[in-house]
Amino acid sequence: MNDRTRTRAIKSGHPRRAPNRRTALRAALASVGTLSLAGCDRLSSQQGFVDVLKSAQHLSHSAHRLVAGRQAMAQEFTQADVAAHFKANGTLVPADADYHALMRGGFKDWKLEVAGLVENPMAFSLAELRAMPSRTQITRHDCVEGWSTIGKWKGVQLSHVLDRVKPLPNAKYVVFRCADSMDGPSLDGRDSRYYESVDLDDAYHVQTVLAYDLNDQPVPVNNGAPLRVRIERQLGYKHAKYLMKIELVESFAGIRDGQGGYWEDNGYEWYAGI
Amino acid sequence: MNTTTPPPPPPRRFYRHRLPVRVMHWINVVCLTILLMSGLSIFNAHPALYWGQGSTFDKPWVAITALQGPNGPVGVTRIAGRQFTTDGVLGHSRVGDAATPSVRAFPSWATIPGPQSLATGRHWHFFFAWLFVINGIAYVLYALFSGHLNRDLLPTRTELRRIGRSIKDHLLFRHPTGEAAKRYNVLQSLTYLVVIFGLLPLVVVAGMAMSPRLDAVFPGWVELLGGRQSARTLHFLAATGLLLFVLVHLFEVLISGAWNQIRSMITGYYQVPADKEPTA
Repeated sequence: MNDRTRTRAIKSGHPRRAPNRRTALRAALASVGTLSLAGCDRLSSQQGFVDVLKSAQHLSHSAHRLVAGRQAMAQEFTQADVAAHFKANGTLVPADADYHALMRGGFKDWKLEVAGLVENPMAFSLAELRAMPSRTQITRHDCVEGWSTIGKWKGVQLSHVLDRVKPLPNAKYVVFRCADSMDGPSLDGRDSRYYESVDLDDAYHVQTVLAYDLNDQPVPVNNGAPLRVRIERQLGYKHAKYLMKIELVESFAGIRDGQGGYWEDNGYEWYAGI
Repeated sequence: MNTTTPPPPPPRRFYRHRLPVRVMHWINVVCLTILLMSGLSIFNAHPALYWGQGSTFDKPWVAITALQGPNGPVGVTRIAGRQFTTDGVLGHSRVGDAATPSVRAFPSWATIPGPQSLATGRHWHFFFAWLFVINGIAYVLYALFSGHLNRDLLPTRTELRRIGRSIKDHLLFRHPTGEAAKRYNVLQSLTYLVVIFGLLPLVVVAGMAMSPRLDAVFPGWVELLGGRQSARTLHFLAATGLLLFVLVHLFEVLISGAWNQIRSMITGYYQVPADKEPTA
């Protein structure tokens, strides 16, 4: 045995070293654990790092488009699957005075304004929307929180409305403007009304419906009366309630905090297909 | 008769883990830790589990919640109709150094980020899910084409026949020495196979089943898992299975020469414990 091997053999075989090593190892593992947890929290509050994490949504979106094409359909269910009660979340009754005035009038004075990058800006009353061709679908509503509920929706396909207003070639996104202020009255008068946006793939999708009926009744106030959009291949927060206006834009960067929606401005992904 | 015992032969260094396996192992450690903890952040947004397509809100099979007691909220966990008080850990716990506990399902020491944030938990989860899946696919391809699967993971017929002895060895915390220590033992390789080809694909597929867009790949495929809420349950159970695997794995590492084991997963070299001297 040469000296080198002997040293190594003695070192690794020395019984007294083991506890020290074990203690050191345990201490090292514990501090790595604590440090990395604190590190994760520190990283979570750094916008640059969060942006890197968030960039995974582009990969997810592209991959999803690849495997579930632009026209792929969300699963539809039967009447037997419809939940007795369609859970409502977010705003249950908008606090806004203008909405209350419309609600008191049974939404007779309500009109959906469609504007922005269109040839033909228009406004549609509920009666006009109901007179257009309709689609009925029983679909599963998936909340970002994790729960699901199945309901039957009837409405006019957004594509029909878009065909009437004729989007200009530079229109890339459809923005939904809603009646409900999310943050209550603020001192600086900042607009906090709910809004959302989708790309034209989702806007023209067969199942993208401006729904006026839920389970064969007019959409209740809790679920978005008088009109709520269904974006069936994305999570619930994309399905904007209390619709007031639809706007076609080239980019949503200039709207509010520029993330494309109320929850998006509060940190959630714009692509909510996951 | 010889009274002086000869010095034991030096332990033999054995190249046990090849570089790709070591790299992929540590990437997996980082991913799995972050995925488990950010997953609990996401779970905390709606801490209840159901079976089927939709949620049966009044009767989840698992729910972590807080009940109003005389001295404030008390954390409770309900599983299949039975209720357990889990205050301080599940349902109601202190966030960091906060003066008073808050109502939250899993405690802040188990979640990423610590303070409850569904949005941030999702960002961590979906970024590392990609890394985890790419790493997993790379590992399976490597295992198939390098011979790692055949050579190291698939137990031989003889090993399978001696599974009884392996179970007994595990129960007695007896660890293989000499030549036997160079191979995964039969319980170990079977466990790895269940994890690699059972739990890991299940956790990924059940995770994908929760994506409304991926559900549209072939409308109805989610029914194969029992529906979206069943998929959420299976995702949670598979993750629990992975956590149990990690705990047993760490336990085995600790009791079978922790330093030697960890070093072998870093440098690749393992000191083979010498066979016991035959008693004459």
